[in-house]
Amino acid sequence: MGLDQIYTQVITENSRSTEHKHPIDCPTHSHEGVNPSCGDDIKLELKVEDGIIKDAAFVGDGCAISQASTSIMIDLILGRNVDDAKRLASKFIGMIKGEVTDDEDLEELEDAQAFKDISHMPARVKCAVLSWHTLEKALNDALDQVQ
Amino acid sequence: MSNSIKDQFPVFRQNADEKPIVYLDSAATSQRPESVIKAVDDFYYKHNANPHRGSYQLGIEATEAYENARLKVASFINAKDPSCVIFTRNTTESMNLIAYSYGMNFIKEGDRVVITILEHHSNMIPWQQVCRAKGAKLDYIYADKGGIISDEEIEAKITDGVKLVAATHVSNVLGIKTPIEKIIKRAHEVGAVAAVDAAQSSPHIKLDVEALDADFLAFSGHKLYSPLGVGVLWGKRELLDKMPPFLTGGDMIDSVREQDATWAELPNKFEAGTQNAGGAVGLAAAIDWIESVGFDKIEAVEREIYDYAWAKLKEVPHLTVYGSDKGEHYGAIAFNVDDVHPHDVATILDADGVCIRSGHHCAQPLMGHIGTSSCCRASFAVYNTKEDVDALCASLLKVRKWLGFED
Ligand SMILES: [Zn+2]
Repeated sequence: MGLDQIYTQVITENSRSTEHKHPIDCPTHSHEGVNPSCGDDIKLELKVEDGIIKDAAFVGDGCAISQASTSIMIDLILGRNVDDAKRLASKFIGMIKGEVTDDEDLEELEDAQAFKDISHMPARVKCAVLSWHTLEKALNDALDQVQ
Repeated sequence: MSNSIKDQFPVFRQNADEKPIVYLDSAATSQRPESVIKAVDDFYYKHNANPHRGSYQLGIEATEAYENARLKVASFINAKDPSCVIFTRNTTESMNLIAYSYGMNFIKEGDRVVITILEHHSNMIPWQQVCRAKGAKLDYIYADKGGIISDEEIEAKITDGVKLVAATHVSNVLGIKTPIEKIIKRAHEVGAVAAVDAAQSSPHIKLDVEALDADFLAFSGHKLYSPLGVGVLWGKRELLDKMPPFLTGGDMIDSVREQDATWAELPNKFEAGTQNAGGAVGLAAAIDWIESVGFDKIEAVEREIYDYAWAKLKEVPHLTVYGSDKGEHYGAIAFNVDDVHPHDVATILDADGVCIRSGHHCAQPLMGHIGTSSCCRASFAVYNTKEDVDALCASLLKVRKWLGFED
């Protein structure tokens, strides 16, 4: 596959965006995700109140794919309830695995659809899914604490 | 321009006209010449049996091929006693053998072990394990940001109380040769044992364990034009003799009773289980190939490519090249493209058929020491050409544009 399918404007711009790249005040939950193979390392922080993701941000560094994916994910999950965010996470991961392919079904992923073609790049799949796996882990920790 | 050395490597023949492979990752693993691939084939086609077992013709041939490979390795590194050449899977296993068999038994509480900041994790983590298990202290010889180790640093760190020094011959990241001769000499002055990681030097520098006066030396076949899965540990007999086996089981025993066993003589004591005879045969063929080219030519060709690459990379805008202009370098050059993560650089270069490594190169403490968390690495072998370097530089010029930067 061509580089123009990976380094799209959506991805390169989001990879450099600093909008969501900062610590947040009093996070209720956080989780660190690492891709040892390429050195992507993000710490995702969430503030969940009444089941709603009120605030989310991250710190860390890594490749353009991982950074853009994290930034776009945060755009998408802010203000959503936890179950909704988890549903989106499994949809995104399904898309990258090539299991969810229907464009209409994927529409709600908005800008995160830009990573669809990464499913053809085994070396970069981990970069795209890092933030979403990290989100799942952070939210599961959240549930553990509620129960 | 065709290169008669490159022509001997079948992997480069594919797509040679449309999109040639620009292979700049030989520090990770080299390619293999046709003669090596054929020698391995020949072994499996005609002589395969379990070495040291069968008392029939094929078994005898397999044993002979395996033991001849040992003789070849011994002469390649100028080891006078071939039974001190032990086949392993790779440098990592060789280092673990030293750590678990020598370190765990002869390093005591309060002793010190010294390594350098340039080490690959394979010559670092085994020593962390030994030191933690034994209550010993692990000290580092630091290099400056360019990778240069000073005489003062060697003298300051290798002092009384140090029982073992393990150091790389050539850095797998910066390509710089360490002052290994001085490190070994100093180790011996304080009564310490000296182990050399020659994984990155063996393809580039003629090894001579006698001249180095090392106590242990390890390298991998696969970085030396050989098949994957065969490595070497050489050690001084007086040390190997007093060390217990690393792995136990078949082939490494003298006799076995219900409750105990006695060990075979060297080298079998350290070669438990069925050995990779095909790999050893490939390594022998690789040594033949290297000797047919000759280290004089290898060094000359590689020196020219390295110097050319160093100068060319320094001209590429927005590129940080790590390491120093001073010092002797072999194989690897480390760099970063400003504002672009190494993994993206590697992906973009790959689109042009340029193969480089990105990441922390199994040397995370060194990464921190030179002030980055990861970097790109281009590494060279005798089959590389100036055209390969030109292709690398041309591709590097495109990297920032793909990431949306103006220049
Ligand atoms: Zn990545």
